[in-house]
Amino acid sequence: MKSKLFDYIEKDNFVFNLSGMTKLLCFLILTFTVMFSYDARVILAVLIFSFWVLHVSEIQFSQIRVMLYYVLVFIAINFVLTFLFSPQYGVEIYGAKHVWFTITERYTVTAEQMLYQGTKVLKYLSVIPLGMIFLLTTNPSEFAASLSSIGVSYKASFAVALTLRYFPDMIRDYNDIALSQQARGLDLSNKERLGRRLKNMMNIFVPLIFSSLERVETISNAMDLRGFGKHKKRTWYAFKPLEKRDGIAIAICIVIALASLAITLFVNHGRFWNPFTA
Amino acid sequence: MPKQEPIISFRNFTFQYFSQKEPTLYDINLDICPGEKVLIVGPSGCGKSTLAHCINGLIPYAYRGTITGSLLVDGKTPEQSSLFERSKKIGTVLQDSDGQFVGLTVGEDIAFSLENDRVAQAEMKETVQRVADMVDMGTLLRSSPFELSGGQKQRTALAGVMVDDVDVLLFDEPLANLDPLTGKTAIDLIDRIHRDYQKTVIIIEHRMEDVLYRHVDRVLVISDGRIVSDSSPDELVCTDLLRSLGNREPLYVTALKYAGVTLTPDMHPGYLETLDVERIKAPLQKWQAEQPPHAEKPLGDVLLSVRNLYFQYTKQRKILQDISFDVRKGEMVSIVGTNGAGKSTLAKVICGFCKEDSGDILFEGRSIRDWTIKERSFKIGYVMQNPNQMISKPMIFDEVALGLRIRKLPETEVQERVWNALKVCGLYPMRNWPIAALSFGQKKRVTIASMLVMDPQILILDEPTAGQDYRHYTDIMEFLRGLNRQGITILMITHDMHLMLEYTPHAIVISGGKKIGDDTAVAILTDETMAERANLKLTSLYELAQKAELEDPQGFVRQFIDREEGDRREV
Repeated sequence: MKSKLFDYIEKDNFVFNLSGMTKLLCFLILTFTVMFSYDARVILAVLIFSFWVLHVSEIQFSQIRVMLYYVLVFIAINFVLTFLFSPQYGVEIYGAKHVWFTITERYTVTAEQMLYQGTKVLKYLSVIPLGMIFLLTTNPSEFAASLSSIGVSYKASFAVALTLRYFPDMIRDYNDIALSQQARGLDLSNKERLGRRLKNMMNIFVPLIFSSLERVETISNAMDLRGFGKHKKRTWYAFKPLEKRDGIAIAICIVIALASLAITLFVNHGRFWNPFTA
Repeated sequence: MPKQEPIISFRNFTFQYFSQKEPTLYDINLDICPGEKVLIVGPSGCGKSTLAHCINGLIPYAYRGTITGSLLVDGKTPEQSSLFERSKKIGTVLQDSDGQFVGLTVGEDIAFSLENDRVAQAEMKETVQRVADMVDMGTLLRSSPFELSGGQKQRTALAGVMVDDVDVLLFDEPLANLDPLTGKTAIDLIDRIHRDYQKTVIIIEHRMEDVLYRHVDRVLVISDGRIVSDSSPDELVCTDLLRSLGNREPLYVTALKYAGVTLTPDMHPGYLETLDVERIKAPLQKWQAEQPPHAEKPLGDVLLSVRNLYFQYTKQRKILQDISFDVRKGEMVSIVGTNGAGKSTLAKVICGFCKEDSGDILFEGRSIRDWTIKERSFKIGYVMQNPNQMISKPMIFDEVALGLRIRKLPETEVQERVWNALKVCGLYPMRNWPIAALSFGQKKRVTIASMLVMDPQILILDEPTAGQDYRHYTDIMEFLRGLNRQGITILMITHDMHLMLEYTPHAIVISGGKKIGDDTAVAILTDETMAERANLKLTSLYELAQKAELEDPQGFVRQFIDREEGDRREV
């Protein structure tokens, strides 16, 4: 079922118990670290770390399988295209050329190019588990609560939570409508021409929009009747105050970021780790 | 008892929406005192929802219009308070308990009002737990709305307004989305809350018999924006007011009237429980003896045959297990069962939306396993519950023509077939109207017409009368019966016991993915264990017959249905 894609399933472990704010912050710090550094050793370390966190968070493989396939395909395409468009970029960066083998004159496979591209693959691979952890272990309401605690308008933060609440409903509506239209002979499979298919899709979106508008009126009445928007501030049932573990998590991430920065500045003297010209 | 100050007081109150030409409510004079339990009945569009909006404050704060006369809630006029203050006095449980579920979990949803009131988290958690326990939801605080049944969602909504310690609880059609057994539990719960916590309770509902399963102090009948009756249930059912205004009176009351019993308030006929049995025994027995024998309709050939059907989405969730049944040509069949029992899935498998894991479906003796959705749609039409989910064109004609145009039929033939379908559905005079101008029931007819143009032999309808009042219910069902007489076989998925009894001689009961019953509707609704397993109730006709110690209580139910059908035909 498609609606499983955004399912939040609650568990009790270190990662789940962190505040949504902490998780966002850690995700940003580590992403920045990985994006900044081109040292395969540092990135490999972060990669191992992020897979370890994925393990700790007890996310089931089935929850991330679909996302993982998309990501792997994306990485593979990216790898091939990088080589097609700039096969000698590694040579330029590292200032050396160790040829492995030659396909044509332009497409010579060098150790430098492979290190550069390999590093990039590692970057993606280490960031993606972190993103998945953030998405799958953060309670949307709790995240809305933490957003509003750092000053984001609560109406805006609540809208985020509400969207996630009604998203699966919309998917279900969409599926039902699509079925009833297919029963009238509408072809949505790829047997039909693309233009025709897009036009057919419109026949689904029109009823979807109308049934959603109907729902909006009910929701807004229900919210009005229960005092939404009465005060400038509100409290949150799902709010998690920052605790010691949040400090620990942020501290770990900062240490990793600083270590990586130190290696960049004092060991590599630049963003790239260059084993070729030493 | 000293005369109490009313908590809600209407005086010569008239309300007109800005968008309407005529007032929706006329000259309302009404006092509701603290601790009272009031039922408001009336057909759709009579103004009962508008009255509810006036009480809970959506009028005048959210919907604008002109007010004359006065309305005091807890001694205050609307100008003296705000919607938020009003919501502290009056808690509203809306009809659509799914739509008003704004939290991601039960706990959060119950806490919503407290959050907006800036209650500290620790106190909030305590209150939520306490109130959730009152409605038996205390152990489900972490559940998401997708895991809850309709009844549980409604309990959550009730808890969500009770956290404010409101004085008045206002229920807008609390039974509309519930199956009969869950509805009965809901009425029990409302009654318990009313007694244990001394709340004033106002229930707006057209399924009067189901509400009167428990005591109410007063019943208000609304018609065309006016209160036309304000009396106790005992007094009300003695009159012919309900029937003459197009409301449904309790079935057992109708049966008593058929039997020529003159009802008087001192017989306490408002509730079946309090009814004075001794005075009705003789007339009922006499009536039963006088009825003509029941004529069985001849059966047609088998049209659709489902054979050992299995279906599952995942290994853990077996939806359909070994389902077999026959539907004969010209039958009207209801498929009943609890929510999630697999009724809708069964319909989807028959239409080809889902592929069965094993088993077979035969149409006129031929297997349709290899037929596509499109091919099946020529034989089997499927009408969804919500017409707004099916209609995709702005004009009636285009909507009905859609299926034919996709099949690239010549436009002259399209026009002929669309006109015919529209004539059958009573929509021909409106053929050039936009859809937007239609009522809910008319839209339903449009969706049925858009299936009829394909000339199907079977129509499958999902909850054809959900949320409809008695008049519209009768309109839709009589229309379907008319189609049926013209030879179309009809299958309906439903919770509605009246519908089952009155319109579908044949009922199939599904529970937990298995077929547990396949018999006449009368037999199923007079079988206590069967009714319970399908989340239905025994029909009050049967209970009446038992109370009156009739020889053949099941036969009495059938006689009643025959008589009612006869009445309809005369009209």
